[in-house]
Amino acid sequence: MKVNGAFLAIIGIFFGIIGLVYWFTAYEDAGFLMLMGSALLGLLPGGYYLWWAKRMRPLEGDEPDASVADGAGVIDSFPGSSIWPFLLGMGALFATLTFIFGLWLAPIAAALGLSAVIGGVIESRRGGTV
Amino acid sequence: MTTTIESPELIEPEEPGGPDAHGPAGHGADGHAHEHEHHGPKGILNWLTSTDHKMIGKSYMITALVTFFLSGAMALVIRSQLANPTSSLVNFQTYNELFTMHGSLMLYLFAGPFAFGGLANYIVPLQVGAPDMAFPRLNALSYWLYLGGTSVMTLSFMVAGGAASFGWVAYAPLSNSINSPGAGTDMWLMSLGLTGFSAIFTGVNLVATIFYLRAPGMTMFRVPIFSWNMLVTGILILIAFPVLFGAVVMLFCDRHFGTHIYSVQGGGVPVLWQHLFWFFGHPEVYILALPYFGIVTDIIPVFSRKPLFGYRGMVFATLSIAALSTGVWAHHMFTTGVVLLPFFSLLSYLIAVPTGIKFFNWIGTMWGGQISFQTPMLFSMGFLFAFLMGGVTGVLLASPPVDFMTHDTYFVVAHFHQVLIGTTVFAGFAGFYFWYPKMFGRMLDERLGKLHFWFLFIGFWIAFVPQYLVGLKGMPRRIADYLPTNGWTGLNQMSTVGAMIIGFSFLFFFANLVKSWRKPVVAGDNPWDGGALEWFTSSPPPHHNFTHLPPIRSERPVWDYNHPEHLKDEGHGDKRHREHDEREKTSVGASA
Repeated sequence: MKVNGAFLAIIGIFFGIIGLVYWFTAYEDAGFLMLMGSALLGLLPGGYYLWWAKRMRPLEGDEPDASVADGAGVIDSFPGSSIWPFLLGMGALFATLTFIFGLWLAPIAAALGLSAVIGGVIESRRGGTV
Repeated sequence: MTTTIESPELIEPEEPGGPDAHGPAGHGADGHAHEHEHHGPKGILNWLTSTDHKMIGKSYMITALVTFFLSGAMALVIRSQLANPTSSLVNFQTYNELFTMHGSLMLYLFAGPFAFGGLANYIVPLQVGAPDMAFPRLNALSYWLYLGGTSVMTLSFMVAGGAASFGWVAYAPLSNSINSPGAGTDMWLMSLGLTGFSAIFTGVNLVATIFYLRAPGMTMFRVPIFSWNMLVTGILILIAFPVLFGAVVMLFCDRHFGTHIYSVQGGGVPVLWQHLFWFFGHPEVYILALPYFGIVTDIIPVFSRKPLFGYRGMVFATLSIAALSTGVWAHHMFTTGVVLLPFFSLLSYLIAVPTGIKFFNWIGTMWGGQISFQTPMLFSMGFLFAFLMGGVTGVLLASPPVDFMTHDTYFVVAHFHQVLIGTTVFAGFAGFYFWYPKMFGRMLDERLGKLHFWFLFIGFWIAFVPQYLVGLKGMPRRIADYLPTNGWTGLNQMSTVGAMIIGFSFLFFFANLVKSWRKPVVAGDNPWDGGALEWFTSSPPPHHNFTHLPPIRSERPVWDYNHPEHLKDEGHGDKRHREHDEREKTSVGASA
C-alpha cells in the first residue's frame, strides 16, 4: 500500500509542478487546468492510500516474506457468469445510436439498460459481494 | 451466480536440480483442478455471459486482430492508389475515408485494445497470481462497449455520405457540421465515446487488480515488468481518455445542439480542440507503446537465459516516460504558432532519456546471455530496430525548426509508422507468439513464424524508409494523387512494394494458425522455461487460474522454483530474504 500510495503521490506532485511551470511560462488555461486535474488524479487516491497504509495491517501481497499459507482462506467472491454486462453494453450502444438516428431507438436503449442495471444489482445481492 | 475462491495451496521446490527444467507438470491441471471446474453455460451463451478474464482477453484479441486486418487491407488500397501519379483507383472522397478509418481503426480499436484489453486482460492476473480481474463484470462490460464501438465505426461506411473523412485527429473546424455533414462523422464520434469508456473501465480494473490482488509475497517490486507497464498504462488511460470523451461530447454539441465551443463565429476557439485532443493523443501514443515495451521486457530475459538487467531502472523509466508524455501534447501543435515552443520541445527531448535507459537495459539483458532466436525473440529484436529508427526521427521532430520544415509531410507519416508498427506489430506479435502456447495449450510452428518475421521485417523497411525521403522532398501527407513532375513516383512505388510484402507476410501467420489447429503440438506448462507466474499453471489455465503457487521471492518465482541450484550464486531474491535463509541455516546448524 505504501509503495502504491507513494507511486500515485509522486505522479500527482510531478503534474502539480509541471502545471505551475506551464502556467507561469505559457499562460494557457486549457493545458493548465488539465495538468492540475492530472495532479489531483494522482494526489487524491495517493493521499488516501498513504493515509490508510499507516493505519492498517499490510496486505499479504506487500509482505516480502509472506508465504502462500499467510494468504490462506477465502480471497473473495467472484461472479461466475452473468448476462447483465452484455445487456448493459448493448443498452449503451443503442443509447449512442439514439443520438445519431433518432429518438425511436431510445425505448430499446432504456429497456436494455434498465433491465441490466436491475438484474445486475439483484444478482449482486443474491450472490454476496462481487 | 458467484463463486467463492479459496487461496491456492503452497508448493515447495523439490531437491536442487530435481524438478524438470520445463516446469512442474500440470499444477493447474492436476487432480485438484476439477474442484474449480467451471460449470457455466456452453457455446455462444458462454461467450455472451463469461466474466472470466481469459475468455474476455481472448475475445478482445480476436476482435482487435480482425480490426487490424481490415485496417491493413485499407492501407494496401491507399498504397496502391499512391503507387502511380494521377491514379484513379479510388475517388478522392473514398481516399479520405480510407485513410481516416485506417488510422482510427488501428489506433483506437486495434493497438490499444489488443494490448490493454487483450494481452493484459489475459496475462496480468496470471502474472500477479490473482484468480481473476478485480471487477469481472465491469471487465465484461468493457468488452461489450468495445465491440459496440468497433461495430459502429466499421459500419459507418454503410451510411449515406460515407464514413468520417477528416483524418484520425478530427481537427476543428474541418469536423464541424458544415464541413463534415452526415451520420458517418457522428458514428465516428459515438464509437470513440463507447471505446473511451471501455478503456477507462479496463484501466480501473488493471490498477485495482495489480494494487489489491497480488499473491502473498508478490510485492510491487517483484511484479513482472509487463504488469508494471500495464499499471502505468492504466493510470495514463485514466488521465487521457476522460479528456477525449469531454472533447468529443463538446464537438457533438457543436455539430447538433448549436453550441460554439470550437467555432470562431460564435466566440469559440478551434485550437482548443487540438489542445484537448492532443492532451489525450500524446499519452495515447504511450498507452499504445508502454504495454509493448512490457512485452519485450518479459521476452528478452527468457530467451537470453538471464535475469532482467536493471529491474528498478525499468520501473523508473516507465514511470518517467508516462509522466513526461502527459506534458508534451503541444509538440503536435508547433506550427499553430500559439504554443510555447521551448517548454514542449524540452520535455519532448527529455523523453529520450528514460527511453534510452530502457534500450540500454534491453541490451544489458542480452549481453553475455545464451540468446536463442526463437520467433518471439526475433520479433522482439525487430521491435528494437524499428522502434530505434522511429524514436530517433521522433527526437528530430521535437526540434521546432525541423518540425516546421517537415510538419504534415510523409516524414512524419514514416516516423509514426515506424514507432507504431515497431511497438504494436513487432512487439505485439512477439507477445502473441510468446503467450499463444499458454492461451491455447498448443505451439505455433517455428519455421512459419520465422518466415512471417523475415517477410514482415524486410517489407517494413522497404515500405517506410522511402517515405522519409519522399517527405523530405516535400510530399504532403493525406493527398490522393500527385504529378509525375513532382519526382515522387519511384519512392512511392518502392513504398507500395514494401507494403505488399508486409501484407504477404501475414499469409504465413494465417498458415501457422491453421497448422496449430489442424495438427496441434501440445505446449506443456512452460515451453520457453519462463520465470513469471503465468508459466506455473497449466496451458490453458483452469478457471480461476491457480490451484498451487510456488514461494514468491523474486520477480522470477517460477525460475527460482525450477532452478533452485541457481538461487544463491546468481543472487536472486531479495537481500532480506537471503539473510532470513542464512539465519535459519545457522540456527539449524547450531541446534544440530
